[in-house]
Amino acid sequence: MQKEKKVIISVNNLMKNYGDFTAVNKISFEVYEGEIFGLLGPNGAGKTTTLEIIETLREKTSGEILIDGLNVDHDQNEIKNRIGVQLQAAGYYPNLSLLELLDLFSGLYNVEIDKQQILSLVSLQDKAKSKYKSLSGGLKQRFSLCTTLINKPKIVFLDEPTTGLDPQARRNLWALIRNIHSNGTTVVITTHYMDEAEELCERLAVMDAGKIIAINTPDQLIDDLVATGFERKKEVKKANLEDVFLNLTGKEWRDE
Amino acid sequence: MNTNKQYNQFRAMLAVTRASLRSILRSPSAVVFSIAFPLIFIIVFGFIGGGNFTVTVGVHPDCDTSNQIFKMLKSRPEVNLSYDSLDALTQSLSRGHIAAIINIEKTKHDSLTPMIIHLQTSSAAREGAGVITLFMNHAIDKANLDANPAVHPIAELKPQELEGRPYKSIDFILPGMLGFSLLSTGVFGTAFVFYNLRSTLVLKRFFATPIRRLYIVMGEALARVTFATFTSSFIIILGYLAFGFTLVHGITTFLTMLLLCFIGLFIFMGFGFIVSSVATNESVIPVFANLITLPQFLLAGTFFSTYSFPWWLQPFTKILQLTYFNYSMRKIAFEGLSLVDVWQDLAVLGIWGVVAYLVAAKVFKWE
Repeated sequence: MQKEKKVIISVNNLMKNYGDFTAVNKISFEVYEGEIFGLLGPNGAGKTTTLEIIETLREKTSGEILIDGLNVDHDQNEIKNRIGVQLQAAGYYPNLSLLELLDLFSGLYNVEIDKQQILSLVSLQDKAKSKYKSLSGGLKQRFSLCTTLINKPKIVFLDEPTTGLDPQARRNLWALIRNIHSNGTTVVITTHYMDEAEELCERLAVMDAGKIIAINTPDQLIDDLVATGFERKKEVKKANLEDVFLNLTGKEWRDE
Repeated sequence: MNTNKQYNQFRAMLAVTRASLRSILRSPSAVVFSIAFPLIFIIVFGFIGGGNFTVTVGVHPDCDTSNQIFKMLKSRPEVNLSYDSLDALTQSLSRGHIAAIINIEKTKHDSLTPMIIHLQTSSAAREGAGVITLFMNHAIDKANLDANPAVHPIAELKPQELEGRPYKSIDFILPGMLGFSLLSTGVFGTAFVFYNLRSTLVLKRFFATPIRRLYIVMGEALARVTFATFTSSFIIILGYLAFGFTLVHGITTFLTMLLLCFIGLFIFMGFGFIVSSVATNESVIPVFANLITLPQFLLAGTFFSTYSFPWWLQPFTKILQLTYFNYSMRKIAFEGLSLVDVWQDLAVLGIWGVVAYLVAAKVFKWE
């Protein structure tokens, strides 16, 4: 990096074994303060495992991880106070309202919050009294994002936040993520969608079979590939099918 | 983030309790099993029981009703008389609906025996038949004695009843229903909640916050205990007000009962934790939970006294934890004993508790 940036997450030689299987194989990378960092890779590449170890939800086999200067080995609780976590498909008490769930999380984080204000960050203020189970998939993900903001974290981890959402809901969630990022929060995100990575991430790491096989800005990664003489088989048209879909059905987010 | 303020696990735990309690109150199955079912049973058994033992005797259409034996029969509160056509009576008798058909025949004036009493009984109502036969023998003996006062009786019966507290059927059924309610909520409730919290990653999301795992479990348990205290109080108070349930020492007995409810629930929840951990998918939970609860509902003296079971079943009833809960609950409620007095029952419950939590700690799965 040309510019001097502050490292907020540093992962050094991280390794995770499940019996004989090595899920994460001695990876090292850094995340800078205030960026959106993407972790890409096919299913089973070790993205979620890596993320969950950083989030203190899983024990590592070896390696060293520092988060905002704190070591995951002995400062777990303080780390939990400084990060926000969205799990892949996390549930909540289904028959509680969003306000009641926010009550729960404000207790779990020991913080006082303005519930309406925090719901407005993800445009859910109209759904405050709705039960979680009555929300559509997109709204559930938005609420899940909302719970990561309760403790005003410095870093937010999002594990495949847009999987299963329609194009409108995905775009809506991107806008919310950019919004969170614009307030100075560092965002670490995993995804299968390259358009999402290209759209959101300032830097990304590509994982496969437990190893990081590339790490750079999206632009640089593309340029590097082109420099090897790579060409797409088919000439790219000025629009793709998603553009057609959005043009036909509108960019407007729909609740249901 | 305010980092210099100490994180309060207790506050986090209470937040879990509040959320869980709200969730329980909105779950129909929890409310139905903990309140509705026990109440229905109490009402049903409250109305079935309560009365004394009675036998119904059909009166033959030709029966003479002007004699003293018939009058004696008529004056007994245990005897119901049924008047109908002979066909109808015979049918009732053969189906065991009545105990006997009586026909008192007046013989001719010059006969030495002025009355002959025909008593027809049936194998369909053996118990009632025995009682009425015994009763008729007694009535006839008395009539014979009255008719021949010169005969000196060689023995006389002087019955004496010990003055006891009236033991109503509600006094038996209500403690059993408390056990039913607590075992349901303890095993089914706990098993489902922890299975669901785990499989929908709610627990995992909690782990991403600074709350310690033990406090999550305690928060959930506290919610269940609060709910059970509420339902148990409701059952006891309703039983007391509507069905005259006996609380020997009033409020002290009531509080002792609640304390025992707490102990019972704590132990039953241990089995809930086991079920939630050994269940590989949601549909297995009711199977395991029923395996634990159903035999207890039937055999632990919930609905019937354990003494009414055949001898070979008795040892089995003696190992069930609900048996000891029911025993001690009845002793506390009806005999007015304290928790110290029932220490033997509590000790057995305690052993069950230790076993349950040892197994639970061994098999408990967080993820």
